[in-house]
Amino acid sequence: MKHSIAIEVNGEAWALDVEPGEVLLDVLREKVGVKSPKIGCETGDCGACTVLYDGVSIRSCLVLGVEADGHEITTLEGLSHDGLSTLQQVMVEMSSFQCGFCAPGIVVAAHELLQQRPDPTREEVQEAIAGNLCRCTGYDPIVDAVLEAARIGPGDASQGKGP
Amino acid sequence: MTQTYVGRADEANAMGTLAVVGKGTPRIDGLDKLTGAAQYVDDMDFGAALLHAAVVESPHGYARILSIDTSKAEAVPGVVKVVTGKDFPYTFGMYMKDRYIFAQDVVRFAGEQVAAVVARDARIAKRAAALVEVEYEALPPLLDPVEALGDGAPLIHPDLGGYEHVPWFFPKENTNIAHWRKTRRGDMEAGWAAADVILEDTYTVPRYAHCAIEPHVVVAKLDQARRLTLWTASQSPYTQRDVFAQALAPLGLSHQDIRVVTPYVGGGFGGKAGVSMEIIGAALATAVPGRPVKVRWTREQEFYNTYQRQGVVARIKLGARKDGTITAIEHEMLWDAGAYVEYGANVVNAAGLSATGPYRIPNIHIDSLCIYTNLPPGGPYRGFGYSEFHFGLESHITRMAEAVGMDPVEFRKKNAIAEGDTLAYGEPMNPSGLQEAIDRTAAAIDWGVEEVSDDPNVAIGKSLCLFWKAPAMPPNASSAAFLKFNEDGSLNITVSGMELGQGYLTVMAQVASEILAVPPSKIRVETPDTDRNPYEWQTVASHVTWSCGNAVAAAALEAREKIYKVVHDARGYEEGSLYLEDQKVKCDTDPDFQMPLADFVVAGIQMPDGTFRGGPIVASGKFMPEFTSALSDPETSQGGHPNVHYTVGATGAIVEVDRETGKMRVRKAALAADVGKALNPTLIEGQITGGLLQGLATVLYEDMRFDENGVLLNPTFTDYKIPTSKDVPDEIIPIIIETPQPDGPFGARGVGEHTMIAAAPVIADAVADAVGVRLKAMPITAERVALALLGGGQEAS
Repeated sequence: MKHSIAIEVNGEAWALDVEPGEVLLDVLREKVGVKSPKIGCETGDCGACTVLYDGVSIRSCLVLGVEADGHEITTLEGLSHDGLSTLQQVMVEMSSFQCGFCAPGIVVAAHELLQQRPDPTREEVQEAIAGNLCRCTGYDPIVDAVLEAARIGPGDASQGKGP
Repeated sequence: MTQTYVGRADEANAMGTLAVVGKGTPRIDGLDKLTGAAQYVDDMDFGAALLHAAVVESPHGYARILSIDTSKAEAVPGVVKVVTGKDFPYTFGMYMKDRYIFAQDVVRFAGEQVAAVVARDARIAKRAAALVEVEYEALPPLLDPVEALGDGAPLIHPDLGGYEHVPWFFPKENTNIAHWRKTRRGDMEAGWAAADVILEDTYTVPRYAHCAIEPHVVVAKLDQARRLTLWTASQSPYTQRDVFAQALAPLGLSHQDIRVVTPYVGGGFGGKAGVSMEIIGAALATAVPGRPVKVRWTREQEFYNTYQRQGVVARIKLGARKDGTITAIEHEMLWDAGAYVEYGANVVNAAGLSATGPYRIPNIHIDSLCIYTNLPPGGPYRGFGYSEFHFGLESHITRMAEAVGMDPVEFRKKNAIAEGDTLAYGEPMNPSGLQEAIDRTAAAIDWGVEEVSDDPNVAIGKSLCLFWKAPAMPPNASSAAFLKFNEDGSLNITVSGMELGQGYLTVMAQVASEILAVPPSKIRVETPDTDRNPYEWQTVASHVTWSCGNAVAAAALEAREKIYKVVHDARGYEEGSLYLEDQKVKCDTDPDFQMPLADFVVAGIQMPDGTFRGGPIVASGKFMPEFTSALSDPETSQGGHPNVHYTVGATGAIVEVDRETGKMRVRKAALAADVGKALNPTLIEGQITGGLLQGLATVLYEDMRFDENGVLLNPTFTDYKIPTSKDVPDEIIPIIIETPQPDGPFGARGVGEHTMIAAAPVIADAVADAVGVRLKAMPITAERVALALLGGGQEAS
């Protein structure tokens, strides 16, 4: 039996019918067409499907579509609606990524951190992205970029919008 | 042997005035990957016709298939097709055709594909696959390569003698030895006689998983006109097309009918080289013509049915004089190659040609045996055999240094291979900055300075190991590039190497940029489509920067010649007086002349009479290492030239070890690699940081466990621990050495794999230095260190 849900994805309202067992990740990818949250493990281990759920980072493979009814979802696509964020800009400039598959989840997780702690320590950054597996970079380049984005801060318009 | 064909750019290289090459140019795929624009195979939309497949797998490590009943699965609403091995009695394989697309009468590892269900929905396919009834007669599995060599061991492949394979493999019929690489040089008796100390021991390296975050996925469609298109997450579009064409030839399909499209790929590390699960997609497409069908591996399948890094049991006997000169090495490697070795046998081959390590050794006796077992297929993994054998070899080198009473770094410096030294297969060693790599790594970790922790429970050890690796390639592995200019003076380059994350697209743009004076921001390098992009063997072996870099340089040079010719034809300047700078053609003899590329590279140059000269500038380039040959004496490996060159370097570490818990912490790691020329130092530092952690993970964290039936017990990230952001060394010091490779683009050679090769022995040595425990089997987890400490320094068995 299908359930009707109403969710907001990156500021846009969606009314959708979902199966009872359908996870939010599949709803986003298959029914909304938002493809930045990736399928990496489907067990909540890798963090490639990380999205913001009412502003809080979650694994979208562990949340059912029906649970998301009435909630706001933000993905990487939503963070760069009006230009790159400082973090995105810095990661591009510093080449702080490799294959890019984990990047959408990592940017979302780091975005949440910078919202809450605009001036984090290295350990806090490591902690914030500890649930996002990256097999390419060895993490240091990503942590460096998050710290650099924090140092620049969201206020510098030339560096893009938001943290 | 100096490289001269790059012309002015090469002169600039010599003078240190390169504009783009050698700079940390930001990656050209940054916007794609940081905005969500980057498309991976699973992100592509195929519309309402898309079908999904689920695979029925063997629960047994070794069993005969007695019967398969698909009727219940076929009756499930939404199921379109159910296939079994009988539908595809075709073999496939890259270097040796020892696999069927689906198991025929026998399954040889737990997880092997037996049947598949194609349905309109992935959930329906999965449900129906569970309803396929397979009756097996279980057989006792052979899980240990040493047992598989024993007298009376059952033959896992009784038909081995009939398998088609490349000419440099030597399978032993009526055994489980799929390939035996023998390398012999010098006089072993004389070598042992000259030694004051002979040290012999055995080291064990288990299996490992690549753990790219993107699982394997393929979408395949055989259209109504019998055109087979495959979208794959792959390192090897052209090699895949070739393997598909050979396997599906009985269905009347050949290369011209098959197209492989490979967009961005979410990590490879060797796991997405060649063809593994993609063959299932290719076959299923032929069963449901007209409709695309997707096969996407779960994380579990990713662990047990792609390739695994092969395990190896390595016995090393080393002789040295009291002055520290190594006189002889005997190195026997027994490889647990798994159920199928169509790719893995070449890993065994590569190790067998190079298992001296980067040392000058006159007397050499190497045996590298590829042994069938009933475990998942072994195959390529970053390091391609070298990551595996360096653990034992470098541990042993350190122990030999101690045995002759020499400092391990001094011992290595004394024996380190140098340019012109004779390699194990008889050819001379290429230019090498190994001594500089050792010195700078030693300096980075304050070698010789003892460090003491404030915590009395914590001991601190230091270590320094060497590494080397050559690309393992067929002698005719080649690269090609197409290049075209656009109306605005921008460039499109098409190549068929894969952007695995290493930054290949960016480096190719830098090479073209340097020669054509067009900034990287105006160059697009496109991901492969075998219909449109020119040939590339594969993106493996750390060879694409070198090989495809040469092809792109050749294409750029051809384009430059065409640019000079049209300017000559239209304006009369001597071609030799023209040069490119800042997106313009300029002239040595007329400082006032300059013509922007954008003005004429498509439109041509207008003459006084209104006619035009020139037209669209397009060019191509290719590179093949025409000096290599895989033909040699099978009993000695002498007489050929199998490897193009070796990249060498050193890795050092300072490691804390808790005497009670065995817990280790890497305070500092340094890695020096001789990359020939750092085309983009930022990207090389990225390889060092990432590859080093991947190597440390194999020794500190990752641990694959099988049950007595050959079933992998921990095929999840919950139970197979790869490092998180909190599991990194406190500090990593990347060191770039540049001893030019004469035949490389701007002097470059590859470095992608090398960064993980020496990580494992570095930990073993540092633990031995810190607490006096010598562990001879990987992984070296805290638990095993603690148990060894409890055992008085002896390793618990």
